[in-house]
Amino acid sequence: MSIEVEGINKQFGSFTALGDVSLSIPSGELVALLGPSGSGKTTLLRIIAGLERPDSGRILFNGEDTTESHVRERKVGFVFQHYALFKHMTVFNNVAFGLTVRPKETRPSKGDIKDKVTELLRLVQLEGMAKRYPAQLSGGQRQRIALARALAVEPQVLLLDEPFGALDAQVRTELRRWLRRLHDEIHVTSVFVTHDQEEALEVADRIVVMNKGRIEQAGTPDQVYEHPANPFVLNFLGNVNLFHGRSQAAGEGQSALTDSVAYVRSHDLEIKRSQQDGSSLKAEIKHIQKLGPSVRITLFIMENGSFVEAEQTRDVFHNLDLQQGEQVYVRPRQVRVFAEDYQI
Amino acid sequence: MSAPSKTYTAKRTANHRIGEPAPVRWVLTAIALVFLTLFLALPLAAVFSQAFEKGLGTYLLALQEPDTLAAVKLTLITAAVAVPLNLVFGVMASWAIAKFSFTGKNLLITLIDLPFSVSPIISGLIYVLIFGRQGWLGPFLEAHDIKILFAVPGILLATIFVTFPFIARELIPLMESQGRDEEEAAMVLGASGLQTFFRITLPNIKWGLIYGVILCNARAMGEFGAVSVVSGHIRGITNTVPLQVEILYNEYNYTAAFAVASLLAFLALITLAVKTVAEWNVRENLES
Repeated sequence: MSIEVEGINKQFGSFTALGDVSLSIPSGELVALLGPSGSGKTTLLRIIAGLERPDSGRILFNGEDTTESHVRERKVGFVFQHYALFKHMTVFNNVAFGLTVRPKETRPSKGDIKDKVTELLRLVQLEGMAKRYPAQLSGGQRQRIALARALAVEPQVLLLDEPFGALDAQVRTELRRWLRRLHDEIHVTSVFVTHDQEEALEVADRIVVMNKGRIEQAGTPDQVYEHPANPFVLNFLGNVNLFHGRSQAAGEGQSALTDSVAYVRSHDLEIKRSQQDGSSLKAEIKHIQKLGPSVRITLFIMENGSFVEAEQTRDVFHNLDLQQGEQVYVRPRQVRVFAEDYQI
Repeated sequence: MSAPSKTYTAKRTANHRIGEPAPVRWVLTAIALVFLTLFLALPLAAVFSQAFEKGLGTYLLALQEPDTLAAVKLTLITAAVAVPLNLVFGVMASWAIAKFSFTGKNLLITLIDLPFSVSPIISGLIYVLIFGRQGWLGPFLEAHDIKILFAVPGILLATIFVTFPFIARELIPLMESQGRDEEEAAMVLGASGLQTFFRITLPNIKWGLIYGVILCNARAMGEFGAVSVVSGHIRGITNTVPLQVEILYNEYNYTAAFAVASLLAFLALITLAVKTVAEWNVRENLES
């Protein structure tokens, strides 16, 4: 089922959570709403679900206007950050809940419900847990049960609100991959909210980067990472160094110089011991931080007295054998320049 | 060799405790015990010893006296009306306050706490001022021959007012700490408002509700001040158990007075027991 978001506005008091947001999600896609806290991504998700009402704008499911319909009529599945499992019910009753609250006419028989729940528990690889209570499960298991519960009513849309936010790093990466595989199997239109760019890049078909209630850019992970539309997107999907200077458009004279900022990603800063060409800057290594598979080097640029951060893989670092205090030359491999009026 | 090592390990673990040193703990516990003994155990013991002073036979006779039986009946009726009404109101108000935000929410919370801050005598006086002969509704009531004051309805109203807050005050923090997630999840899965309430909300607040009902009941049965003002003290008709105790005591009928008072003391003990169990369960729920 496809989702259309048209001109959604939402204010909480004087705070604008969403400002004229429009978005199109084709059927079967797995979309990530990515952004910092306060960007409006969770509000947008809840408006699509029907848990919040927009001040203006429309939501369409398969072309039908659902803006006015109540959440229970929208047939969406929702997975909460803190699972929201019914703590006084067993795992079985949790997963079966959506089926047992149906009115008598549409409610499946007890046998059918049992079959469906068993099938779902097998799908999330938690077959033996039917009689357990949520308090007896680990975080990762709880989230999988929450997912099974949401899928039990065969929703047309699956919405996930920072589903792995409350889990530890190892479990998070496992479940991330597992969600991707599940989506490949079931192909239900899914939208998930995250502030973790790595998660979005790994899992999603398309990423929608949001900031301060607006959509900054929407595109495939490659598009958003390699061709960011503005400094915010560039900085949000990877660490960025800023170089202030003046730039000159090709073919124009000296009088056409404008103040601009050049943005360079940390792993696009090359470090060499000798000057390569005129574009290398002399710098002193101030600090070396080892971070597992990569190394982060803080450098002080002599020419303009600013600090930058470069990132290298371990083997490159070992080949160079850099030491703290050494004087080296840094050169950006790829530079992006945006108009000065944009602030991160 | 085992005995010395046992004391050694015991001392080591005691020293590794995070908290007050042992002497401080003993002193604090002792103060609490003294307080409990003076204000709880001794009075209770006094009530029971005075009640049974002249033997079990006199005790039972005192309880079977017609005025006393009428008082017990009225107390039971009062509790049977006040507690369910406040249960329904308390649950509704707590649900609205804990799960939603709306204009007037703070005013509602303040109003719920009002009976706690007002002296019970004043609580009773309110009803005299409204329903009394010189009160606002006085002429209307007289014209239609409706008796509120100095009759059972007045007692019911006064009791409902003073026991207002118990259930709501118990449920509001409990429901607030539980948040709205489970209810939202239920609604997304297709449950109606009533289904959500009975299958999700109610089971989650079960023990807090029991706790609140027990306290509400204890106060409903034991209220003196407010009921005294509106009751008129008509023997056999408008006396509740606390009022009856006062009447017997004022007639110097001490044994009978303490005998009836022992009923309230029994109620207090049962209330404490159920409260302890409920409190333990509420704590378990909050922690999970």
